[in-house]
Amino acid sequence: MNFQSALFYFFAAILLFAGLRVITARNPVHAALYLVLAFFSAAGLWMLLEAEFLAIVLVLVYVGAVMVLFLFVVMMLDINPDQLRQNFWRYLPVALPVALLIGVEMVLILGSRYFAATPPPTPLPAGYSNTKALGEVLYTQYVYAFEVAAVILLVAIVAAIALTMRRRKDSKYVDPARQVRVRKEDRLRVLKMKVSRYGDELHDHAHDGSQPGGDAASSSQER
Amino acid sequence: MVNLSSYLILGGLLFALSVLGIFLNRRNVIILLMAIELMLLAVNLNFLAFAHYRGDLAGQVFVFFILTVAAAESAIGLAILVVLFRNMRTVDVEELDQLRG
Repeated sequence: MNFQSALFYFFAAILLFAGLRVITARNPVHAALYLVLAFFSAAGLWMLLEAEFLAIVLVLVYVGAVMVLFLFVVMMLDINPDQLRQNFWRYLPVALPVALLIGVEMVLILGSRYFAATPPPTPLPAGYSNTKALGEVLYTQYVYAFEVAAVILLVAIVAAIALTMRRRKDSKYVDPARQVRVRKEDRLRVLKMKVSRYGDELHDHAHDGSQPGGDAASSSQER
Repeated sequence: MVNLSSYLILGGLLFALSVLGIFLNRRNVIILLMAIELMLLAVNLNFLAFAHYRGDLAGQVFVFFILTVAAAESAIGLAILVVLFRNMRTVDVEELDQLRG
């Protein structure tokens, strides 16, 4: 058992343990943190598989962005973990046979001698750069797929913002389109007032008890 | 000795584990999304193992695109989750029966 095998079993044990804790953790924050641990150990395994660029991308993009997003959402929502864990083990009689069946079948097929007999890869030359090799095929052979991936990311940005954007109720907000569409007839009303002497008007208002300011102003303008 | 089938078995076990997680956490959408991320991780591990042992870079390119799509998927999924919580005040899957399905 050489150093690489030891590293493989180390990372594989951590990965499986972290995966188990992700699905059984009581607190969603703990589940997210165990998922971070799983991503880190998976990045270690990817390093063993000589996919250095993707291992670093996994840590930067997944641990750095996606899991932080998960943690934001978990902490933003006011959820009760205990209520969500009612009947947690209710589906275990269904789930365990299904999962065991999947696991055992995969182990039996993938552990057979056909896969185990695959020869170990030829060692790469000394100056080999995984990032450079990946970039060379990515920007030539797979350039259309690359563009489509960029469009997918753009759609994701627009969709995420459009889904969660909420207009504040108390913001002083002017819609220019409605401002331009205003017509004179909607806003301005010309009143026909009865012509009267000043003393009569005072007398009338004293009887009414109310003094509409607009009417008084317009009547004084008419006079 | 570590060979191709070691990595494939690890990927298979991780996938089975996340299937178990999807069954068990039937009430919490957040954990369901995390289990889906775990599934994608298992699949990516298989792709990279084949790419390494076959000496073919196409597997790594495919993992690159899976990572892109998975990041977009989780962003939109979390946005839907936030809108859902805003409207329903819960993330319980069993209470989300508005469509009477």
